[in-house]
Amino acid sequence: MSNQSTSPAPHAKLNPNGAGAAAVLAAGIGSFLVAVFAILADKAASIKSLMNFYKPTGPLSGVTTCAIVVWLAVWALLHRRWSWRNVEVGRVTAAAFILLFLSLLLTFPPIADLF
Amino acid sequence: MEITVRGLWTMIHGMGFGALYLMACSGALVEFYRRHRSPLGPEIKEEDERFLRIYLTAMAALAWLTVLSGTYIIYPWYRAVPPPGTASLAAFPQRLLMSSPSTAAWHSIGMEWKEHVAWLVPISITMAAVVFSQYRRSLRIHPELRAAVLSFVWASLLAAGIAGFFGAMLNKNAPVTGGATIPLVEGEQK
Repeated sequence: MSNQSTSPAPHAKLNPNGAGAAAVLAAGIGSFLVAVFAILADKAASIKSLMNFYKPTGPLSGVTTCAIVVWLAVWALLHRRWSWRNVEVGRVTAAAFILLFLSLLLTFPPIADLF
Repeated sequence: MEITVRGLWTMIHGMGFGALYLMACSGALVEFYRRHRSPLGPEIKEEDERFLRIYLTAMAALAWLTVLSGTYIIYPWYRAVPPPGTASLAAFPQRLLMSSPSTAAWHSIGMEWKEHVAWLVPISITMAAVVFSQYRRSLRIHPELRAAVLSFVWASLLAAGIAGFFGAMLNKNAPVTGGATIPLVEGEQK
């Protein structure tokens, strides 16, 4: 994902869009990871057993915990890199929307079962 | 009139946290549109700004309470495995649904989708609350960022709607019940 600085408008210099873009992209990645980890846990017995963090809930506990932890880590990392600059927010949000859309699709069992 | 402990928790999860989130979501969307419908609109007051910030934070808290109570309190009761020789599956909703071809898809599609798609809600609304709190009135000068936040709130409404619909249908077909009974109202016998 591009993080090149664009030529910012005067107001944007005072309040750069980087922190917001980092949050949006991280949310897209976090959502996508929920779907990816769920598919992995469903398809591979070894991953399913690894994801069994809390036995009464089963692999769902590990799937969601891993997705949340990675989401927060990615968010912190992107925030650190982008928070004081302007980024190409259009491209960042487009990527986030694609990931969000894919996560909605991939959590739907008939589609997840295609893998 | 009485309710079981599991039934009460299911009600708190679905009707308390989940349904309240769905209602709050429509309010947040209306407020977003109202204040940003025109870039030349009236200046937004500080107290309005604070209200929406608290509102979105409360929505994020509701979303987390919903998924955490669903995943760690209700779901273990839903997926409990009956001991061998159990005659009635009434206390084992997942097994009850899977025992009949006419209800199996409520689990294999409904619950399987619900348990994962619901987690997109706290991710989306937490992001929206943080971005809004960080930018406040200056979101006006970041239209793409504003559109992104709004879209994620819409997505959270969709995901919460899917989870809520299947939650209600699952509970209709195989209610999560059991545990101690809490008497609510003493009825008169006729």
